[in-house]
Amino acid sequence: MPYFCPPPQPVTFLLVHDTSTTEPQAAGPRARVIPGKSRTWARAFADIRLGLSDRELWSHLGWQDIKQRYRRSVLGPLWITLSMGITAIGLGLLYSQLFGAEIGTFLPYITVGFIVWAFILGCLTEGADTFISNEGLIKHLPAPLTVYALRTTWRLTIMFGHNLIVYFAVLAIFFSDLLGEYKIVETARVFQPGLDWSILLAIPAFLLLLINGVWVSLLLGVVSTRFRDVPQVISALSSLLFFMTPIVWSTDILSARFTDLADAGWRVYIYELNPLYHFIQIIRAPMIGNAQSGHHWLVVGGITIGGWALTLLIMRNYRARVSYWV
Amino acid sequence: MVNIEVRNAYVDFPIFDAKTRSLKKKVLGKVGGKIGTDSRVPIIEALHDITLSLADGDRVGLVGHNGAGKSTLLRLLSGIYEPTRGTSSIRGRVAPVFDLGVGMDQEISGYENIMIRGLYLGMTRKQMEMRVDDIAEFTELGNYLQMPLRTYSTGMRVRLALGVVTSIDPEILLLDEGIGAVDAAFLNKARDRLVDLVKRSGLLVFASHQDDLLLELCTSAIWMDEGHLKMQGPLRDVITAYKGKDPFENIGAETAARLGLDTHSAVKGGDT
Repeated sequence: MPYFCPPPQPVTFLLVHDTSTTEPQAAGPRARVIPGKSRTWARAFADIRLGLSDRELWSHLGWQDIKQRYRRSVLGPLWITLSMGITAIGLGLLYSQLFGAEIGTFLPYITVGFIVWAFILGCLTEGADTFISNEGLIKHLPAPLTVYALRTTWRLTIMFGHNLIVYFAVLAIFFSDLLGEYKIVETARVFQPGLDWSILLAIPAFLLLLINGVWVSLLLGVVSTRFRDVPQVISALSSLLFFMTPIVWSTDILSARFTDLADAGWRVYIYELNPLYHFIQIIRAPMIGNAQSGHHWLVVGGITIGGWALTLLIMRNYRARVSYWV
Repeated sequence: MVNIEVRNAYVDFPIFDAKTRSLKKKVLGKVGGKIGTDSRVPIIEALHDITLSLADGDRVGLVGHNGAGKSTLLRLLSGIYEPTRGTSSIRGRVAPVFDLGVGMDQEISGYENIMIRGLYLGMTRKQMEMRVDDIAEFTELGNYLQMPLRTYSTGMRVRLALGVVTSIDPEILLLDEGIGAVDAAFLNKARDRLVDLVKRSGLLVFASHQDDLLLELCTSAIWMDEGHLKMQGPLRDVITAYKGKDPFENIGAETAARLGLDTHSAVKGGDT
C-alpha cells in the first residue's frame, strides 16, 4: 500500500482514510488520503476536492434544509415561488409607474433582478452562518469544511430554481413585449435589442455566480466563525446594498438625466463600482434581452479569481481552526 | 495497516467571550493604544502533551473524571481537532459515535436517518441501501424504522447509531459514553459485533464510566486527568489505579467466564 510517510516536521497532521487491502470491493467508506501539515496548500485543496466529491452528502443536506423549512405546509417549497412572485409583481407594478416604464418590460426586469439578488443575499447572509449553523456536525463528525459551504450554496441554488418558475411565467406573459426593441423607461436614450439566442449566456453566467457563491460561503463562514460581528455587519448593510444596486431602478434612469454619459461624471460609479451590479447584469441582460457588455464579464471574472485566491489563503491558514472556534 | 500516532500533541482552546469574539476590540483597540495583556484571548489547555500510539487490534478504554479531556481526546483521534502543537497522524477509516443527536433528524424516519448517518461517514447511498436490511436485523427495530425518529427512545437511538457504524466496517471506531442506554440483551449482541469488528483489522477507543462495559469491550486503557495522559496500560491495572480497587473483584461468574478469566479467583471475589 502506498502509504504516505510524513517526514519529521514540527507540526504534522496526517489523515488517511484509506480503503484497506482486506476490502478490495467498494464496500467501505470512500478512500481519503490527506497528507501533510495542517497549514498547507495541499490540505486546503484537499478539503475542497474531498468536499466536492461528497456530492451525495451536501446535495442531500441541501434538499433536507428545504424540506425541513416547509414541512407540513400545504404548498411546501412552492412558497418560495409564491413569495417571489408576489414580491416581483408588487414591485414591478409600483416602480414601473414611478419611473414611467412599460409594465410589460419593466416587470421582467425587476423579476430577474430580484431573483438574482435573492441568491446573492443568501450567499452573503447564509454564507456567513455556514459554519456557525453547522456547529454540531463540525464538532462531532470529521468532514471537509467545503461540504458545509456546498450545502449552503446548493440550498440557495434549489431556491433559485424555484424562483425561476416566476421568471418563466413572466416570460410567457410578456414574451411579445420583450421580443422586439424596447426601452426600459420612456426617457431612456438607448434601445434594448430584445430577446434572442444570447439568452443562453445566462447559463454560464449563473455557473459563474455559483462558483463565487462557494468562495463567499467559505470565506465569510471562516471569518464569521471567528468574529461573530461579521454576520451582523452584513445584515445591517444588506438593505442599503439592495437599494444601491440597480434592481428596482435602472441605470438608464440615471443616464437619461444627462445629454451625454460623460456629463454624468462620478455618478456612473454609483453602479460601476458595485460588484453586485456586474453579477446581476451578466445574468439579467441575456434573460430579458438587454444590451450586453463584455466589461461585466471581465469584472466578474476578476472577482472570481481574486476571491478564490483570498479564500484559499484563508483556508490554508485557518481551516483547522474552525472546529476550535465554532 | 490501521494506526493512530499522536506525538506531543496539545489542544488549546481559545475562549472568546462576547466581547473578545468581536471585531470591536481589534478595531477600536487601536485607538488609545494597547490595553495590555488582559485583552488577550484566554486559552484553555484541553489536552497537554499527549503521546500515544494505537494499532489495529487495540481495544482501548478511556477513563477519567468529567472534564478530564476524554471527549477532546476522542475528537483529536478522529481528526476533528488538529493539534495546535505537536503531531497527529491517523490512518484508517474513522467512524465516531459521539453524540447520538447530531446528524439525526427528528422528523424523518429511522430508515432515512440510517442513510444520512452513512453519508456522513463517507458512504454512498447505494452502499447504505445494501446494508439497510442488515442494520434493521441487527437493531431489531423492524417496522419502527418507518417511524419518525422523534418516536424513538434513547436506547433505540443508540441501537440505530451502533447499527450504522458497525455495518460500514470502519477501521477506527471511536465511542463516547452514552451507549450504556441499551438493554443487556442488545449489549451482548453489540459487544460480539464490536469485538468481531476490531478483530477484523480494527481499532476501538471507548470512553466510559461503566466498568462492566469497559471490561466487556476493552483490553487496555488510558487514564486521562486534567488534560494529561496519566496512565496507559492493561485495562485491569489502569482501572485499579484509577478507582483504587480491582474492577474484577465484583464481577459476576458468567461475565468472568465470557471474558476468559481465571473463574476460580473471580467467583471467589464475587462471593466476598
